[in-house]
Amino acid sequence: MSTDRIVGIDLGTTNSLVAFMQGDRPVVIPGEDGVNLVPSVVALDDKEQIIVGNAARKYLIETPERAVYSIKRLMGRGIEDIQQELKLFPFRLAEDLQPGEVLRIRLGEKTFTPPEISAFVLRQLKRNAERFFNAPVTKAVITVPAYFNDAQRQATKDAGRIAGLEVLRLVNEPTAASLAYGLDKKQNGIVAVYDLGGGTFDVSILKLHDGIFEVVATNGDTHLGGDDIDNLLITIALDDIRGDMGMDVSRNGEAVATIRKAVIEAKIALSSQPATSLEVELPGGKHYQRTITREQFEQLIDPPDAPEASILHRTVGPCKQALEDAGLKPEQIDEVVLVGGSTRIPKVRALVEELFRRTPHTDLNPDEVVALGAAVQANILSGGSEATENMLLLDVTPLSLGIEVAGGVTDKIILRNSTIPASATQHYTTQVDGQTNVAIHVLQGERELAKDCRSLARFELKGIPPMPAGIPRVEVKFLIDANGILHVSAREQRSGKEAETEVQPSYGLTDEQVESMILDSFDSAEEDFRQRQLIEARNEAGTIMAALEKGKRSPAWRQLNTDEKKRIAKMEKSLHAVKGEDDYQAIRDAIDALNQGTMRLAELMMDTAVSTALKGKTMDQADMGEGPDAPHPVAKAEFE
Amino acid sequence: MRARAAGESPAATQARSRKQGLMAIDTSKTIATAGSGDTTANCWSCGDMRAAQFCHACGKVQPPLPVNYFSFFGLPRKLNLDMSRLERDFYELSRKLHPDLNARADKREQEWSLEQSSLLNDAYRTLKDPIKRTQYLLRLEGVELEEQSKTATERARTSGEVKKQIVLPDLLEEVFELNMQLEELRANKKMGEDDPALVRDLESHKAQFEKKYEELAEELKNHWDHWDRALDLDSAEERRDALDGMVDLLNRRSYIRNLVRDVNEALGK
Repeated sequence: MSTDRIVGIDLGTTNSLVAFMQGDRPVVIPGEDGVNLVPSVVALDDKEQIIVGNAARKYLIETPERAVYSIKRLMGRGIEDIQQELKLFPFRLAEDLQPGEVLRIRLGEKTFTPPEISAFVLRQLKRNAERFFNAPVTKAVITVPAYFNDAQRQATKDAGRIAGLEVLRLVNEPTAASLAYGLDKKQNGIVAVYDLGGGTFDVSILKLHDGIFEVVATNGDTHLGGDDIDNLLITIALDDIRGDMGMDVSRNGEAVATIRKAVIEAKIALSSQPATSLEVELPGGKHYQRTITREQFEQLIDPPDAPEASILHRTVGPCKQALEDAGLKPEQIDEVVLVGGSTRIPKVRALVEELFRRTPHTDLNPDEVVALGAAVQANILSGGSEATENMLLLDVTPLSLGIEVAGGVTDKIILRNSTIPASATQHYTTQVDGQTNVAIHVLQGERELAKDCRSLARFELKGIPPMPAGIPRVEVKFLIDANGILHVSAREQRSGKEAETEVQPSYGLTDEQVESMILDSFDSAEEDFRQRQLIEARNEAGTIMAALEKGKRSPAWRQLNTDEKKRIAKMEKSLHAVKGEDDYQAIRDAIDALNQGTMRLAELMMDTAVSTALKGKTMDQADMGEGPDAPHPVAKAEFE
Repeated sequence: MRARAAGESPAATQARSRKQGLMAIDTSKTIATAGSGDTTANCWSCGDMRAAQFCHACGKVQPPLPVNYFSFFGLPRKLNLDMSRLERDFYELSRKLHPDLNARADKREQEWSLEQSSLLNDAYRTLKDPIKRTQYLLRLEGVELEEQSKTATERARTSGEVKKQIVLPDLLEEVFELNMQLEELRANKKMGEDDPALVRDLESHKAQFEKKYEELAEELKNHWDHWDRALDLDSAEERRDALDGMVDLLNRRSYIRNLVRDVNEALGK
């Protein structure tokens, strides 16, 4: 088994998934519980253990101060960016947070940065994949919203590193989705992807040409999604409860979390039913109930008289802008693809049809299609296969890159929707005699003034040889790589000296900080994996031996001849001998041998069970205990 | 024309730029050094003699050579381009140079792949756009268009400097009238008055200018023909004429674009 296996990960606002390419098809790897979706929920239990996914969901209601959801909304952001978020989401910031510092979220007594919390989710996905492959997984492709800026991308990459994953590529979510669709339909044409997820909205327009997926324009809103719909419904419920029942539960974390769960269920129900009942058990035993019709729901998410308050309408502007940037009219779009759970809402589908004048494709599960596409990209990066032959993704940078120049103006040097990798070179000189440093402020955004753009970083060019003002000529090269992440290098041309660039990211962790956070460092990843593998093998040995004990007591045992019984006994003895040792392979071999050797016993047991049943005896009497659906006595066990 | 942006005094602007301690001496994108020399070298890996961006023999990505965007695509510096061929070459080169397809190569080759494919993308982006292609050629030929560039205009707008404006004699009368109407509209706005007739007039003026703007794109093609012919004839004088024609046209174009933008702003669009 290759240890070079690269997985594709969709690190979502609401749910996350891991997928890989099995033969010519991408498949999602389920978790221990057999479920494909891992909720992006992280909790800290009272023993200070990190709990992730479904198991963490109950903490949202029981101990909301120890759990967090939708952390993706905070990735790569500063305290001043998230005032709106803080009003709507129960994020508990660390009290000692300094301005300019990377955010830290409180979970119980501890605090974590958003990349660390995302890393817990990634680590869970990594483990799910390792369990599935029975081999370490250290490389991944992770998807990000197309409209993520540099800081948000960098934060995602940091999260991967903290989780012990080498992030080989960040792929934009709508583009990934198009890859998953494109695998089936190898045709040429223009495709629009409308991706309304839990917390982010993206639209991308692609040109498909003989396996090349060329993104021509992308747009979006990194703070728009299903979460916002939930918040509208929560507000209504809270108002009702205050008005009708005279109770203000808006500050009761547990109550709000219960209401949130109920409104999400109602929202989902309304996609398939004309009306649903919203019911919540409130603290003090009170009961809140309200019927919501689909019509009311649609009024709420798309009020016809107030387009500025319409969640749906907020997706229209980005779609139109993307079409304009692509130089296309709606009727030139050949196919439309829907991505993200929120596109299950009938009103959203109707809007998309109206915008692009096409019935959108929904054949792939909108919750899984991004992860599947990430797996396709992972396959391309690992050298490709027959299924991905000739496939190549050419993506763009969603936002213009600029530099602050005199007057506080943004000088755009790489325009949005430029195919990446892309580069630009600028020349700088000094203003004062003997000046050895030059400061450069890098910005991202479309606005004319620097103060209205996103500050990415301040660079200090150091070590310029002292010369009269205006003489040095420092060439600075800005390069956006295939992940959409900026790199800067500088050289003083008169002296030929490489100028040092000292990066001070405006929002984000430094390399040293990331280093100190790494959960399973690359060096120990292999060791950790061996340890886990050993424990799992020992558990499996215990299970197979217990099953054998049961087999010996069954009537089937008596049907075996002496030789067979002797052989089994010998194999049992060897497994018993190696079980306590640290040699994983020896345990594994002994398990496999015993597994093989007891095949006939298992078959006989099954026959006995069936014939006993036919004779009118109940399953309980048939010495099989678990009935005909019971696993092969030596079937692979479930592990903790 | 426009004064500085609201809320920023010239003094504040100066203070800010002083604090920043930097001065961009050339804000235009640098041109990949104009080398008319070799665009091929021996492959570093297999030694094949005709390796350009990648080796035709072993397929390995090569370290980037100093080329301009035309020579990157193996094209002469002509402005009439076969767009479908350019697109085909872009896709073909992408299939060789893109980092995704070199993800398993060693670190050094990955670096080259990143540099080569960014050069490819930058070149394709510039050459496929008629205006960007023309501007690029002008810069390659040593002509500076900076004073009419968008950045220069915006910087002047925010800093309040008077920007050197090119006079367009044939447009003078129309521009004069348009500016009068704009003043009137702004005055009306201040008084809270509404003059639908004036708005209509402005709209129709704007439409005229937009039409002219479109026509210029067509007219540009004549200059391309002129330039391409001059190259064939190898005539320095013809070349100079063609370049002058293009500079003049691009200046008129950005002048009209600024006018249209002012009208849009005044109309609140």
